[in-house]
Amino acid sequence: MKKKNNFYPVAETHPLTWRMREDKQPVWIQEYCRKNGYTAAKKTLLKISADEVVNLVKQSGLKGRGGSGFPTGIKWSLMPAPEDSIKIRYFICNADEMEPGTYKDRILLENLPHLLIEGMIISAYALKATIGYIFLRGEYIIAAGNIRRAIYECREAGFLGKNIMGSGFNFQIILHTGAGRYICGEETALMNAIEGKRANPRSKPPFPANSGLWKKPTCINNVETICNIPSIMENGVSWYKGLAINHSYDMGTKLLGFSGRVKNPGIWELPLGIYAREVLENYAGDMMKGFKLKAWQPGGSSTAFLTPHHLDLPLDFTTLSKVGSRLGTGIALAVDDKINMVELLYNLEKFFSRESCGWCTPCREGLPWTVEILRTLKKGQGQEEDLKMLEKICALLEAGKCFCYLAPGAIEPLRSSLKYFQNEFEQGIVCLTN
Amino acid sequence: MTVIHVDGTQYVVDGSKNLLHTCLSLQLDLPYFCWHPALGSVGSCRLCAVKRYHNDQDCQGSIIMACMTRSIDNIFISIEDPEVKEFRRNILELLMINHPHDCPVCEEGGNCHLQDMLVMTGHYKRHYRFNKRTHYNQYLGPFISHEMNRCIVCYRCIRFYKDYAHGNDLGVYGIHNNIYFGRVKDGILENEFSGNLVEICPTGVFTDKTASKQYTRKWDLQFAPSICAHCSVGCNTSPGERYGNIVKIDNRYHGAINHYFLCDRGRFSYGYVNLLDRPRWPRALRKDHTLELNTVEIVNQTTSILRNAKKIIGIGSARASLESNFALRELVGEENFYLGMPGSEQTRLSLILKILSQSGIYSPTLREIENYDVILVLGEDLTQTSPRLALAVRQAVKNKSHPEDEWNQNEKNLAALFLTNIDSTRLDDIALWRYYASPEEQARIGYAIAYTLDTNSPKVSFPITLRDQVNLIAKTLQQAKKALIISGSNAGSDEIIKAAANIATALSNTADSEVGLILLPAEVNSIGLGLLSSNIKPLENAIEQFQNGVSDTLLIMENDLYRIFPHNIMDEVLTNISNVIVIDHQNTKTIAKANIIFSAASFAESTGTVVNYEGRAQRFFKVYEPSYYNSSFKIQESWRWLHLLKCQLTMSNIKWLNIDHVIQACIESCPKLKGIKDVCPDGQVRIHGQKIVRKSQQYSGGAAILANINVHEKPLPQDPDSMLTFSLQGTNNPFVKRQHISFAWYPGWNSPQAWNKFQNKIAGTLRHGDPGQRLIKTKKEKNFSFFESSLGCCNNNETEILRIVPYYHLFGSEEMSQRTPVIQKCMPSTYIMLNIRDANKLEVRGKNIVELSVMNMVLRLPVNVSDHLPSGLIGLPLGFPGLPLCFNGEKIDYIANIHQK
Repeated sequence: MKKKNNFYPVAETHPLTWRMREDKQPVWIQEYCRKNGYTAAKKTLLKISADEVVNLVKQSGLKGRGGSGFPTGIKWSLMPAPEDSIKIRYFICNADEMEPGTYKDRILLENLPHLLIEGMIISAYALKATIGYIFLRGEYIIAAGNIRRAIYECREAGFLGKNIMGSGFNFQIILHTGAGRYICGEETALMNAIEGKRANPRSKPPFPANSGLWKKPTCINNVETICNIPSIMENGVSWYKGLAINHSYDMGTKLLGFSGRVKNPGIWELPLGIYAREVLENYAGDMMKGFKLKAWQPGGSSTAFLTPHHLDLPLDFTTLSKVGSRLGTGIALAVDDKINMVELLYNLEKFFSRESCGWCTPCREGLPWTVEILRTLKKGQGQEEDLKMLEKICALLEAGKCFCYLAPGAIEPLRSSLKYFQNEFEQGIVCLTN
Repeated sequence: MTVIHVDGTQYVVDGSKNLLHTCLSLQLDLPYFCWHPALGSVGSCRLCAVKRYHNDQDCQGSIIMACMTRSIDNIFISIEDPEVKEFRRNILELLMINHPHDCPVCEEGGNCHLQDMLVMTGHYKRHYRFNKRTHYNQYLGPFISHEMNRCIVCYRCIRFYKDYAHGNDLGVYGIHNNIYFGRVKDGILENEFSGNLVEICPTGVFTDKTASKQYTRKWDLQFAPSICAHCSVGCNTSPGERYGNIVKIDNRYHGAINHYFLCDRGRFSYGYVNLLDRPRWPRALRKDHTLELNTVEIVNQTTSILRNAKKIIGIGSARASLESNFALRELVGEENFYLGMPGSEQTRLSLILKILSQSGIYSPTLREIENYDVILVLGEDLTQTSPRLALAVRQAVKNKSHPEDEWNQNEKNLAALFLTNIDSTRLDDIALWRYYASPEEQARIGYAIAYTLDTNSPKVSFPITLRDQVNLIAKTLQQAKKALIISGSNAGSDEIIKAAANIATALSNTADSEVGLILLPAEVNSIGLGLLSSNIKPLENAIEQFQNGVSDTLLIMENDLYRIFPHNIMDEVLTNISNVIVIDHQNTKTIAKANIIFSAASFAESTGTVVNYEGRAQRFFKVYEPSYYNSSFKIQESWRWLHLLKCQLTMSNIKWLNIDHVIQACIESCPKLKGIKDVCPDGQVRIHGQKIVRKSQQYSGGAAILANINVHEKPLPQDPDSMLTFSLQGTNNPFVKRQHISFAWYPGWNSPQAWNKFQNKIAGTLRHGDPGQRLIKTKKEKNFSFFESSLGCCNNNETEILRIVPYYHLFGSEEMSQRTPVIQKCMPSTYIMLNIRDANKLEVRGKNIVELSVMNMVLRLPVNVSDHLPSGLIGLPLGFPGLPLCFNGEKIDYIANIHQK
């Protein structure tokens, strides 16, 4: 957690990060409880009904922090009412954070494992799920250790297990670490992975709420989303809504960050609706000396590039989708004027094509084709029809034409670069006159 | 009722299916890859894209995948929209990126779904200019070639192999554009249904290695509708022939039986038809050599033998057609006709027939099995004796018989399967309960279940430890919506069959559930033979007559007595008989002892009728005429030879000019078989004045085939026995009224996917009904009731004397397939199976050689040790060369360890 002079997280305005320690050590159960931990869970489990929790989350306007920004309360309310015959329901925490350039969940997982567990207890209570899974990216070894210890501490303290805090609610959490595939972050592929199958996405419908893990009703949320829940329950909906900047379409705070050649790359918990320029200039300390901002991705590699003109937009899910990009994970990447867009895209598309699960044709065959074209363009050996072909492939990989959203996400940076930086691509074409 | 609008035309359709299924049922050409009628849709290839409009005013529309969309009422879609056509063309281009351009040397060519889809989508220009990815090809055994570079990653192969057939040695590996379908390492595919990969794969990744040896394009093959001759299920097949050799066997769609799949025995066993040592001319023994004779000579000579014979015994065969058996019976007379199976099997067959015709309990088809929810298998090793039926049982247990739109269905309850057998079977993995015991002990459990269901059935004692299980099975059967009992002759015990019948009767008396009973006879035409002749004496009587000298002339039709009786007995009997006349199409051991040999036609060169386990009579047709390729060949149906002999003997004119005459005579003599006349239209039937073709319009070089011998084009053979023609001048129209389809082909659809065009609706029945005619009407007779058990008290004391029980193998147990060279490669070598305790008593271990004596015949066999086979029994793979069927149930004289220590 990098800090700048003007960034001091406090409980009133930084529900996600105020409990973090200066020395970057994890907050264990005693310290967490000292810092008001598990009071939200206690309050919820003992005093608020499950349906009411769903309603409160719905009212809070909390949107999924994993990248798509789907309203969490609505997702929860899609879970069917439990029948007598089907009592098994699962709640999954998606901690398979693998978006290149994104490490927001990692900070929460490593430093505040108990915040996540508290959020999961409340969420599972609201969803009437008795078993929770944390699907953790395999490379997050420190986080895995911390979560294991935190789960153990919670079991000892009676926060997990049977009859939690005397509420009659039973809940246990199982940690499942991944084996290293980007596609496992896709919620249905993630469920296949937990089941021990190939991590290919499943078709929707049926949606996980109806037929998810082991064909049982399942709800799946991102780490950061779940970490927002305790504070909403503790401080109420209006407080939470007030956290965001007034003009924002979305509520609450969000972990936002900047990487690239900025002076102070890092992550900060900031109110939604903050201007991108403010994050870049005030928190990330602007570009390094001698570098100029050429383009930026608002939230991870699968979001479309924006230009410096877009810096004056407020960062929230709705605004950015209006200009053809997405807030995504909120961890922005600054591209400076020394970087060639073709080389950057070659690098990105190589990642996406490598991580395609190989299930549907457009993604499996289309992405490697873009990589091949970008490779030749990078070497200056491109041909004239290559740009057209790139555009054609982009059109083939649109949402709805592919099985899941990996390929549509993968081509967002490519498509936007073709739009804003066509000249850089053209430079890679062999001149016919030579 | 659902109305859908496709390209401005309104259709009324079945709304329960997805749009692709619906469009194909409407005979609209919508390209697809990953979808398959039996495997359902998964949405991976993205080829079946159509444009969907919100209403009739919407001009914009959006692209959706037809296979992943339900046919909802009032939906507006377009297949012909330029944008979606362009999309499909682009998908094809992507699929072709890594596909080698090796059509001219690819064995799938002309039978390839990928080729068809390329033409259909119109992709022709390649824009990808980079290197293709390549893969390593594996050795997958003698049946299937593997060429992974051709893969277009539709996942159909593993969806069939793993999900449908539950094979676990073929998988998908790798990621992104490096997906690999294969085994962990090279090796023979283990599943009994691996051959279906050839037809499931839309392109040439998996091809038929056996066909590759004498490769011919589909358009140069001559096909005829046929019936698999290797078990009693009666799957429909399409053998393909070129230059007088059967080149391959394709699946022939039958909505009620095999639909899209065959077992490996059925698909790859045809090689015995092509064997060079087959009798192709009639021959007579002269001192130390045999002499080839012409038809007149052989018939005259045989007739004179028959005239002077003291008494003629005729032995028929369950692997021969009804017509041939009937002709033999006509020649020798009913009192001298024997069924050509061991007496004990004959007893079981008549028991099966009695139950089939009098119990009033329905015998379901394969497709119907898939919908049963509780299945009890008593004593049959289904995957080894009737494999295709085992696959149907698997589907029932998965309850995924209709996987269309599986993605849109909720979880279903699984069917319960209970199994009893002497040893573990390949269905054990899906069984709720398995019980390994001797056939009698299995029958005991059967009787106990029947008694639990209905106390009117006979009471037997059974081990107290099994009481809970018996009660559970009885309860499960009673609560089932549809309960099925499967048993049969192969276990070698009539008690098991009786017990199975008792359970079914008890269930139909006491439960509301629908009850099915399947009793499997041993061979393809066992039921037909049983229907043809009742009150026949057992075969052992015939042998006695020769031993006593009552009879001196033996006429054997399509039967190898060495398969039934031990060598020592047969050698003695046959050497002492003055005249042994054999009609067969294989060079059997019996033929070696014959002094007159007639060259019969195998299933591929003859037309005839066989009756499967449900009593369904089905016709197989002559695929080719052998004399067309070599005019010296004198191969004809057994009934033709036998009728010639009969006419010569009685000095009468030839009456049977074609098969319809035989059938007419057969029906007159045996009214029970009345239905076989309706199995297919007679040979005179024409469609718009034309016969039905055996080969496709593209058939090339027909006139040049024999040009190296004679440039004059030979007149094509005529086929008086059926409505099929050997000429190209005929019809192959899928829409005209006919049930018998030689091969699946339709303009634009060269691959087996062309079956879409012949079906009433996709994966339903054929357009004009599925072929075959049930001869047995299931009607409950008043005097039919429970069978009494002849089992004594249950005896826990292990006996010292060992008794033989049969073991079955997919490759090897069946008579004809074991003659095929490629099958011989897959046959296990003969062995003796011992329980581990018995083995310890004899102080033998696996692979050690033991000597045993049965019926005065001494055998030396290596030992296999089983944990499951009960002690007191020894297992032998009966039916393998040297292990005759009559050993079944015999006690052995002695057994000794002769292993060199």
